[in-house]
Amino acid sequence: MTHTQEVSTADHRGGADDADRLARYTGPPIPVRRPRHPVLRFWSTAVGKKWVMALSGLALLGFVLAHMVGNLKLYLGESHFNEYAEWLRDLGEPALPRTVLLWGMRLGLIAAFGLHIVAAAQLTRINHKARPVQYQSHRDYVAANFASRTMRWTGVIVALFVLFHLADLTWGNANPDFVPGDPYDNVIASFQRVPVAIIYIVANLALAFHIFHGAWSMFQSLGWNNPRWNAVRRYFAATFAAVIAIGNISMPLLVVTGVVTK
Amino acid sequence: MDLNLKVWRQAGPDAPGRFETYAMRGVSEDMSFLELFDVLNEQLEGRGEEPVAFDHDCREGICGSCAMMIGGRAHGPETGTATCQLHLRKLVDGDTIAVEPWRAAGFPIIKDLAVDRAAFDRIVEAGGYITAPTGSARDANEILVPKEAADAAMDAAACIGCGACVAACPNGAAQLFTAAKYSHLSLLPQGQPERYTRVVALVEETERWFGSCTNHGECEKACPKEISIDFIALLNRDYVKAQLKNRALTGQKR
Repeated sequence: MTHTQEVSTADHRGGADDADRLARYTGPPIPVRRPRHPVLRFWSTAVGKKWVMALSGLALLGFVLAHMVGNLKLYLGESHFNEYAEWLRDLGEPALPRTVLLWGMRLGLIAAFGLHIVAAAQLTRINHKARPVQYQSHRDYVAANFASRTMRWTGVIVALFVLFHLADLTWGNANPDFVPGDPYDNVIASFQRVPVAIIYIVANLALAFHIFHGAWSMFQSLGWNNPRWNAVRRYFAATFAAVIAIGNISMPLLVVTGVVTK
Repeated sequence: MDLNLKVWRQAGPDAPGRFETYAMRGVSEDMSFLELFDVLNEQLEGRGEEPVAFDHDCREGICGSCAMMIGGRAHGPETGTATCQLHLRKLVDGDTIAVEPWRAAGFPIIKDLAVDRAAFDRIVEAGGYITAPTGSARDANEILVPKEAADAAMDAAACIGCGACVAACPNGAAQLFTAAKYSHLSLLPQGQPERYTRVVALVEETERWFGSCTNHGECEKACPKEISIDFIALLNRDYVKAQLKNRALTGQKR
C-alpha cells in the first residue's frame, strides 16, 4: 500500500465540470515527512501521542493514589506521618542505598509528567489547526461533558498547582514556617493559611475532573475496549475521581477549620 | 408550521460568510429538512436571489451527501438520522434554527453549506481497500465468514462517509470515519493480509487532514449510522500492535 500522489480526484477528469475549481478547494497537500526511526515515527502520529498520554496518565494515577494514601496518615498523628516520610527515604534498603529508590521513582514521575504535558501541548496544537474557523452558531454538545471539554484547563491548573505544592512543602519557599525534616508541622502550618487551603481545594477539584475524563479516556486510547467491561470503565473513572477528591480535599479542609491541629 | 432559518451564506471558498435569516411560513411538518431548503430555494429564485448551495443526492439516508449543522448538531437533533431523513415534525414550531456548513480544515467550504469532503477519498485511497484480483465473482462460501464477524463488519461498513463525525468532534478529528473504514475490512478474513500495513497507512493519512481523538464521544452520537466508538479503540490497539508485529513474517509490507 503506497501513498497515492496527492491530487484531487477532480484532476483526473481533465476538462470535467469545475475540475480546476474543485482541485483548488481541496487545497495543497499538507506535507508530512515521517521520521525513519520507529519510536519517533510512532510519536509523530496523534494516535501514538495519545497512547503515550494514556500510559503516562496511568503512571500518574498510580502516583496520585499512593500519594493520597500515604498523606492520609495525617489523621493518625505526627509520629505516624513523619515515620511514613522517613520510610519513603529508606525504601529499597538494604538492596539499594538510602533515597536511591525514592529518586528513581521521582525521575519516573518527572518523565511521566513531562511526556503527558508535551503530548497534550502538541495534540492541542494539532486540534486547533484542524478547525481554524469555529462554528459561528451555538454548538449543542450531546456526549462531551464538562470534564472532557475542560481537560486542557484542569490540566494547566494541576500543573501549576504541582509547582506551588513543591514550593510549599518540599522546597519550602512558599511556606514561611517551613522546617526541613518536619513534614507534619509543615503541612499543618501551611494548611492553616486560608488562601493556601483554598488553593489546595480548588486544585484537587480540578484534578478530580481531570481524572473523571482521563481515567476513562485512557482505556479507549489504549484500545482496552470490551462490551463486557465497558460500563465498568466509567465507574472506575468516577470512583477514582471521587476517592481522590474526598481524600485530598479533606486534609486542607479539616486543618483550616481547626479539626486537625498541631 | 413556521420556522425561522438562520442560514450560513458564503459566496465562495475565500469570500466572507454571514448568517441570513429566512422566515418559512406554513411549511408542512411532513417535509424533510432538505425539502424545506427546496422550498426556500424556490422562493429565493422567485425573488431573483441566489439559491442556497447544499449537498444532497439519494435523500434516503444512504449516500452520505447531505451535510448540515442544524441547531448546533450535525444532521440536527434526531439521533441516527441524516439531514435528508430529518422531518420537520421533529423540530419545534416557531423555532429559529441556525444552519451551518461542517467546519474543519479538512473540509474547506465550497459555497454556502457545501464543503469539499475529498479528504475522505484521500484516506480511503491510502488504505480503505483490499488488494484482490478483480474479474469474475468467486464462488459463494469459498471463504467462510462467521455470522458474528459479518455482522460486526457490517456495523462498521454502514459508514456513509458524510463527515458528521468530523463536524461534531470538538477536535475536528475523523477517527470514527477512519476506524469504520479500518474495521469493516479488518474484521473479515479478506482484510487480514494487509491488516497492519493498512492501519498505519490509514492513521498517518487521516492525520494529514484532521485533528486527534480525545474520546469525547460526540461522533458516535452524531453518526447517522450510529457507528460505535468501540471501533476507534480497535483502530488504536491495532496501530500499536502494528508497531510490534514482525510484519515481514505476516507477509505484510512495512
